[in-house]
Amino acid sequence: MYIIVVGGGRLGYYLLKALLNEGHEVLVLEKDARICKTITDELGSVCFRGDGCEAATLAEVGTGRADMFIAVTGDDEDNLVACQVAKHKHNVPRTIARLRNPKNAALFKKLGVDVTVSATDIILEAIEREVPTHPVTQLMSLEEKGLVIVDVKISAASPMAGKLVKDLDMPKDSKLAIIIPAEGSAQVPTAQTVLQAGDQIIAVTPENTKEALRNALGGK
Amino acid sequence: MKILIMGCGRVGARLASLLDEDGHEVTILDNDTYSFRRLPPSFSGTALFGNGTDEEALKKAGIEDADIFVAVTQGDNRNVMACQVAKHIFKVPRVVCRIYDPLRAEMYSALGLETISPTKVFAQLRREKIEG
Repeated sequence: MYIIVVGGGRLGYYLLKALLNEGHEVLVLEKDARICKTITDELGSVCFRGDGCEAATLAEVGTGRADMFIAVTGDDEDNLVACQVAKHKHNVPRTIARLRNPKNAALFKKLGVDVTVSATDIILEAIEREVPTHPVTQLMSLEEKGLVIVDVKISAASPMAGKLVKDLDMPKDSKLAIIIPAEGSAQVPTAQTVLQAGDQIIAVTPENTKEALRNALGGK
Repeated sequence: MKILIMGCGRVGARLASLLDEDGHEVTILDNDTYSFRRLPPSFSGTALFGNGTDEEALKKAGIEDADIFVAVTQGDNRNVMACQVAKHIFKVPRVVCRIYDPLRAEMYSALGLETISPTKVFAQLRREKIEG
């Protein structure tokens, strides 16, 4: 794959290294001559000095044949414009923008950016995962489908312990994917599976019914 | 008319005071209060501290019932982002965006923003002057 990364800061630098290691053709666009030189000295000619928001620069580095375009500068507006230029001028199939302000996610999607990544949100999700008392935690979101994968723990106090899967009042389109019992191996739940205290359940649910699923499984 | 201007630089401050003199209801937004020194003492509009690419700040500045939004900060990308927020999120009837880079201005014109590129306009004016 040909991948263009805009911004050679720390994030861009390590991203470049990782993508090169995976065998991709990668090019970093960086305005700062010094940063550009450091990257070139260290990793070879994989850095192009220029403004990733300029259509002319993007044309020069062959953005038209890029499979992916990733903007990771420290400014949301620069990342937005770079992605929009890549999308509208050069028809890049997949654009990814880093967000400083997590509230910009919806806006960026609306304006044509395919994927947004916010460090704030990722850290918040990690915190949620690490809090052991929380009965329902989000593991991952499948943004394109509007689904989230959640992890539910059935505690001894849960009213669901001892119930059959078919008796659960599950929200529409929510599915239990795997049950991992406290002892023994993971299993795919059927209607007749009995939930036990200590079970860990991996479920898939639409983003907006996460709370309803939480209630159905007895978490608060 | 209710007019919201983002960026209190030379252009923003001057535009704000002219529109204010004409009797419009003007609010000007900047993320550096020191910029407001450029407004004349007679300015009777509102000068507000805030980041124009932030939806909350725009709401505070009254974007929801603004008739016109004008973005004239130094950053092309900031102007572009703020204008797209004004147009697509807040549905402001008229949105004007200053973009120095002529190519970027063309692209966003094609995408439906009302853009003005001072670079292009000034070069054109000079050419006409020089060539007579």
